[in-house]
Amino acid sequence: MSIDKTSTPPEDHVVENTEAAAQAVTAVDPRLLVREQGFAGYLTEFKRKMKAGDLGAIPVVIGLAIIWIIFQSLNSNFLTAGNLSDISVAMVGTGMIAVGIVFVLLLGEIDLSVGSVSGVAGAAYAVLTVTHGMSAWLAFVLAILTGTVAGALHGFVFAKIGVPAFAVTLAGLLFWNGFMLQILGDSGTINLDGEGLVAKLTSYYFSDVAAAYGLAVAVTVLYFLSSYFGNRRREAAGVPSRPLSETVLRTALLAVLAFAVAAVYNQYKGLPLAVVIFIGILLVTDFVLRRTAYGRKIFALGGSVEASRRAGINVAMVRISVFAISGTFAAIGGLFIASKIASANQGAGGGDLLMNAIAAAVIGGTSLFGGRGRTWNALLGVLVIVSIQYGLALEGIASPVQYMITGGVLLATVVIDAVTRKTQKTAGRA
Amino acid sequence: MVHVSATPVLALRGVSKRFGAVQALTDVELEVHAGEVVALVGDNGAGKSTLVKTIAGVHPIDEGAIEWEGSKVQISKPHDAQDLGIATVYQDLALCDNIDVVGNLYLGREIRRRGVLDEVEMERRSRELLDTLSIRIPSVRIPIASLSGGQRQTVAIARSMLGEPKLVILDEPTAALGVEQTAQVLDLVERLRERGHAVILISHNMADVKAVADKVAVLRLGRNNGVFEVKSTSQEEIISAITGATDNAVTRRAARTNGEIKK
Repeated sequence: MSIDKTSTPPEDHVVENTEAAAQAVTAVDPRLLVREQGFAGYLTEFKRKMKAGDLGAIPVVIGLAIIWIIFQSLNSNFLTAGNLSDISVAMVGTGMIAVGIVFVLLLGEIDLSVGSVSGVAGAAYAVLTVTHGMSAWLAFVLAILTGTVAGALHGFVFAKIGVPAFAVTLAGLLFWNGFMLQILGDSGTINLDGEGLVAKLTSYYFSDVAAAYGLAVAVTVLYFLSSYFGNRRREAAGVPSRPLSETVLRTALLAVLAFAVAAVYNQYKGLPLAVVIFIGILLVTDFVLRRTAYGRKIFALGGSVEASRRAGINVAMVRISVFAISGTFAAIGGLFIASKIASANQGAGGGDLLMNAIAAAVIGGTSLFGGRGRTWNALLGVLVIVSIQYGLALEGIASPVQYMITGGVLLATVVIDAVTRKTQKTAGRA
Repeated sequence: MVHVSATPVLALRGVSKRFGAVQALTDVELEVHAGEVVALVGDNGAGKSTLVKTIAGVHPIDEGAIEWEGSKVQISKPHDAQDLGIATVYQDLALCDNIDVVGNLYLGREIRRRGVLDEVEMERRSRELLDTLSIRIPSVRIPIASLSGGQRQTVAIARSMLGEPKLVILDEPTAALGVEQTAQVLDLVERLRERGHAVILISHNMADVKAVADKVAVLRLGRNNGVFEVKSTSQEEIISAITGATDNAVTRRAARTNGEIKK
C-alpha cells in the first residue's frame, strides 16, 4: 500500500485532483480551472492531455523538426532560404489535394481518384488554352469545375446508390486517368505558356520586401483582434473565456512564426504567390469546417451517421458536396502541379501523387477513422513529405529510398493515430 | 395523485398497426396528461417500441386516431411529431462522440450569427439548460466520448428539451446504467414532470417505474393489458399483467375500480 503511494509520481495526484475538482464544480470547464493557475496550470494540462492521448499536432511538429535537423546535418544547404522557399512552393500542389482529402477523411471515407482528377484538370487547361485558344481565365475556371463535377459524380454514386467510396473512387482513378490521356491526344505533352495564368501560379513572387512582412503583420493583427473580441463577447455572455495574457502569448508566438517565415522568403525571391493562395485556402477551409453549420455537419457525419440523420442533416447532400470539394481541390492542386512543370503530360496525376496527398493529410494528424482533423493538418503533412523529397534530392538519393522513407513516416503516423485512439478510448476520449 | 389537466396532451384511440402478416398493435388506447409520467411496460415483442414509433411518426398508424390536446391529428412522418411538440430519446442515444456537449445539444439546429455558428450564445444557453435541469457534467466543452453512460443519457434528454416539447418519450433511459447514474436519470425525469412536460417512459425495470411513474400502461401481445395507478398497485400485479401469468382477474378489477381509466 505505502509502496504504491510513494511510487506514484506527484503529477498524478495533481491530475486526479484537478479532475475531481472539475467534477465537483458543476459545468465549469476543467481546462479553464487549470488555466487560472498560470503557467504551472498549462504544464498540468499538457501532461493530462499527453496521458489521455490527446496529442494534436505535436508528433508531426516534432517529426518535422527531427527531419530538418537530420537533413541540415547531412547537407548545410538544406535550411537555406532558397531551399525552404522552393520546398514551400513545391508543396502547394500536393497540399491542395491533401486539403480535399482532409474533408473526405473527416467523413471517415476515402477518395482514391484525386490524383487522376488533378491530371484531368491540368490537361483540360492545357488543351483549352493551347489547342483551342480559349482565354486563360475561362479555361482555369472550367478546369477547376471539371474536378468539382468529377467529385460530385463520385459522391452521388457513393451517397445515393450506396457503393463504397473506396470502390467508386477506385473506378474514378482509372476512368479519369483514361479521360486525361484521351483529351491529351497523340502528342502526349502540351507545354503551357510560360507567362500564362497557370504558369504564374508557382513562378510569381511578390519581390517587394513589404509584401511578406505586410502579410505577417496582417495575419498577426487579425488573429489578435478576432481572439480579443471573441473573448470580450464570451466574458459579456458569462461563459468561460481565455485570460488576456494567454491571447497575448498566443499572438506573440504566431507573430514570431509569421515574421520568421517572412524573413526567410525575403532573403530569397520574396513572398511566393502559391504560398499566399495556399494559406488563404487553409484559412477559408478551416473557417468553414469549424465555424459554420456546414462544417459541423461534416464532423457530425464523421462521428455518427445515424445521429446526424436523426438531427435532420441531409446525409446524402453533405456526402456529395464533400466529394465535390475533394474533386475541386484535386483540380486546383493539379493546376499547381502543371504550373510547376509548365506543361500537361501523360504522367500527370500518376506515380506517388495520390499516396502523397493521402499521406500528407494523415501525417498531419487527420484521423483515418473520421471526425477528427483540421485542414491545417494538410500543410504540416505535406511539409514533412516534401522536406523528405528535397532533403534526399540534395543528397542525390534516388526515389526508391525516398518512397521507403515516406512509407516509414506514414506507417509511424498511422501507428500513432491508432495508438492514441486506443489511449483515448481508455481515457474515455475517443 | 398528481394534479393533471383535464384534456390529455396525447391520446391514442383504438390504434392498430400491421406489418405484413404481423399484427403489431391492436386497438391500443393510451392517454398522457401534462405533468404526468406514464410508464409503458410489456414483455419483449409486446409492441412498446412500435407504439412509440407510431407516436414519433416513424411508423404511421393503420387504424384508429391520435388526438393531440383534444383534436385529431395525423402523424405520418417524424417531422409532424416534432412540429406538434413530441420529442423522442431513443435507446441508442444518437450523439456524436467526437463533438462536444454544446455541439451535440444544438446539432441540426445550430444558432447562427451572420451566417456563422454562434458558439458563445449556444454555450450560454447550454449551460442555462443544463442548470435548470440540474444536470451535472464536468464541462460543456468536452467531447461526448469523455462522459459516462448516465451523463450521455442526461445530455440526450436535455437535447430533446431544446425544442420545448410538450411530450417527451424516453425509450429505456436507464437500461445499461449503474445505480448512481440511474438515480440521476430518474431525477431528471421527475424534473421534466415538475416543469409540466408529459412523459412516456418505456422501461423493463419495475423499480424505476415504481419510483417515477404516475401511471403504468401495460402492453401484452400488441394489446392493452391494463392501466394502473402506480401508488395503488403492487409490483406483482403489474408483472402478472405483463406476463399474463394470472387469468387477469386482478387486471380487470384494477381497471374496473379505477374510474377515469377505460379498458
